Amino acid sequence: MKALVWHGTADIRYDTVPDPEIEQPRDAIVKVTSCAICGSDLHLYDHFMPGMEKGDIMGHEFMGEVVDVGAEAKSALKVGDRVVVPFTIWCGECDQCRRGNYSVCERSNRNKAMADKLFGHTTAGLFGYTHLTGGYAGGQAEYVRVPFADRTHVKIPDGLTDEQVLFLGDIFPTGWQAAAQCDIQPTDTLAIWGCGPVGQMTIRSAVLLGAKQVIAIDRVPERLSMAKAGGAITINFEEESVVERLNELTGGKGPEKCIDAVGMEAHATATLDSMYDRAKQALALESDRAHVLREMMYVCRPAGTLSIPGVYGGLIDKVPFGMSMNKGLTWRMGQTHVNRWTDDLLRRIQEGQIDPSFVITHTVGLADGPGMYQTFRDKQDGCIKVVLKP
Amino acid sequence: MAYYRRNSSADRMARGLGWFSIGLGVAELVAGRRIARWMGMEEQAGLIRSYGAREVATGVGLLAMGDARPWMWGRVAGDALDLATLASAHHDGNPRRENVATALGAVAAVTALDVLCTAMLHREEATAWTPHPDYSDRSGLPRPPAAMRGAAKDAPIPADMRTPDILRFQPAAAAPL
Ligand SMILES: NC(=O)c1ccc[n+]([C@@H]2O[C@H](COP(=O)([O-])OP(=O)(O)OC[C@H]3O[C@@H](n4cnc5c(N)ncnc54)[C@H](O)[C@@H]3O)[C@@H](O)[C@H]2O)c1
Ligand SMILES: [Zn+2]
Ligand SMILES: [Zn+2]
Repeated sequence: MKALVWHGTADIRYDTVPDPEIEQPRDAIVKVTSCAICGSDLHLYDHFMPGMEKGDIMGHEFMGEVVDVGAEAKSALKVGDRVVVPFTIWCGECDQCRRGNYSVCERSNRNKAMADKLFGHTTAGLFGYTHLTGGYAGGQAEYVRVPFADRTHVKIPDGLTDEQVLFLGDIFPTGWQAAAQCDIQPTDTLAIWGCGPVGQMTIRSAVLLGAKQVIAIDRVPERLSMAKAGGAITINFEEESVVERLNELTGGKGPEKCIDAVGMEAHATATLDSMYDRAKQALALESDRAHVLREMMYVCRPAGTLSIPGVYGGLIDKVPFGMSMNKGLTWRMGQTHVNRWTDDLLRRIQEGQIDPSFVITHTVGLADGPGMYQTFRDKQDGCIKVVLKP
Repeated sequence: MAYYRRNSSADRMARGLGWFSIGLGVAELVAGRRIARWMGMEEQAGLIRSYGAREVATGVGLLAMGDARPWMWGRVAGDALDLATLASAHHDGNPRRENVATALGAVAAVTALDVLCTAMLHREEATAWTPHPDYSDRSGLPRPPAAMRGAAKDAPIPADMRTPDILRFQPAAAAPL
C-alpha cells in the first residue's frame, strides 16, 4: 500500500510499504477514506519530538471503513462499519481507562518500558507518533491497523460527510477539552494563544460553552480572520502588546482562563513586548520556545486556570514558576482523552450546532502529502488545515 | 504589491546593512582623500567620494521601510564596482598594494553578506503567505457566534475537570467562605 513515511527532519515521502495485518485478537484493519495533517505532526516533521525512526508511517487523525476484524473485536465492530479513529489508543480496562483518562491508558503503549523510564510511568499508545508512545503505524496511509479496536473507534452514522466528522479523532475534542477543563463560567474571559486548527476548535468550544469573552492571539492574518468569524476578539502579537491588550480587555485584571494552543514551537515577538522585557529582566535570557507559557503565567488573573493542549516534548527553560505558585494558578494539560467527548460532540455535529469542516482549507491526494506538510508548516497559500484522500 | 515582511531576520539584516552603508558612505565622503592616499590611489579621491554618495543613497533606501530588495541589489552592484576599482589598484606598481589587498578582503566579506541577505529576502518572498485569503465567513456555527454563546451549556463537564468551588470566579456576594 501507499503511505506517508518519515525519513528525517522535513523529509516525509510517499512510499510503498507492506499492508498491515491483524496481529492481535482485538485489532481491526481500517481502509482510510480521509486523513488530516495535525499540528502535532509538525513537531515530528521539524524533528522536535524525539523517538522517531526512519520508516515510521505518519498520521493520527483519520477515518475510514473497517475491512477486517480480529476475533475479540467482533463484539463491537464488523466489516463495513464506518469509523473515526481517535489518536489515543485505549484498552478500556486499566485503572486509568476506567477513570476516563484514556490518553494515559496503562496498557496500550507496547513500548511501556521505554516510556516508564523516560516519563516515570507510561502514557497511552498513539498512532504515528514516536516510539515512546508505541511506534504504531499511522493513518496517513491506505490502510491502518487499529489496536484495541473494540474500544478505539467512534462509529459514524450515515448522513454525515467525512469532512464533518474527521476531526472527532483529534482536534475537535482537543479544542473542546482545552475549553472544558477551564470549567467556563458565564463571567469568564478566555484568552487563547494560537489560531491554528486546535485554536480554532477551542474558540468555537469556548463560545458554545458560554464564555463571556473569547480572545484569540496569533500573527497570521487569515488565521485571525477565521478566529474572528468564530466569535473571538483578535490580537496580532506582532503588531500589538499581548499583555497590554489582554489587560485592557479585562479591566486591568487579566483573563480568568488562558489556553496554550501553540505548543513547543512558539514564536517570540520580534518587537519584544513590555511583559517579555520585564520577565526577561527578572529572569535573564531564555530560549524562546516557552514564550507562550510565560506570557500566560504573567497575564493570567490570580487564582485563574492555565489550560495547555499545546504539545511539549521535554524540557523548557526559565519558567517563572514562583509567579505561578504565588498567584495560585491551576494547570491543566495533557493529550486529549478523545473518547471521553466524542459521543457528545458527534451528537452536536448531527444536530447542526457546529460543523468542524469550516477549518479545512486544502484537500489533496495522499501523494501530495509531503508538499502539504511544508505548505501547512510555513502557512503558505492561506493553509490552515489539510485533508488527504488516500 | 511587492511582498516584504517587517522584522524577519532577513529584513533586520537588510536594515543593518543599511546603517552600514550610511556609515561607510559618510566616511568615504568626509575622508575620501585620506582613504585614497592610504591605498595609493590619490588621483581617485573624487571617485571614492562619489562611491560614498552612492553608499549613503542605498543606505537611506534600505532604511526607508519599504521593500529592501531593490536596494540590496543596488548594494550588490556597488560591491562589484568597488571590487573592480580596488582590483585595478592592486598591481606591482602600487607601493600600498597591501592596503589595497586588505580593502579587497573587507569588501569581499561584505559582498558575501549582501548576497546572502538578498537571497534570504527572495526566499522569504517565495514562501510568503500572499495573498491572505479572507476566512471571515468560516464560523462553523449555524448562527452568529453571539447567538450561539452558551448553546452547549448543558455539556457534561466531568467532575475531575471542574474547578474547585473556592477557585471559581463568581460574583463576590456568592463567593464560598
Ligand atoms: N493535547 C492534544 O491532545 C493535542 C492534539 C492536537 C494538537 N495538539 C497540539 O496543539 C498545538 C497546536 O496545533 P495546531 O494543529 O493548531 O498547530 P499549528 O502549528 O497550525 O498552530 C499553532 C499556531 O500558533 C501560532 N503561534 C506561534 N507562536 C505564537 C505565539 N507566541 N502567540 C500566539 N500564537 C502563536 C502560529 O502562528 C500557529 O497559527 C500543537 O502543539 C499540537 O501539537 C495537541
Ligand atoms: Zn494531533
Ligand atoms: Zn487502558
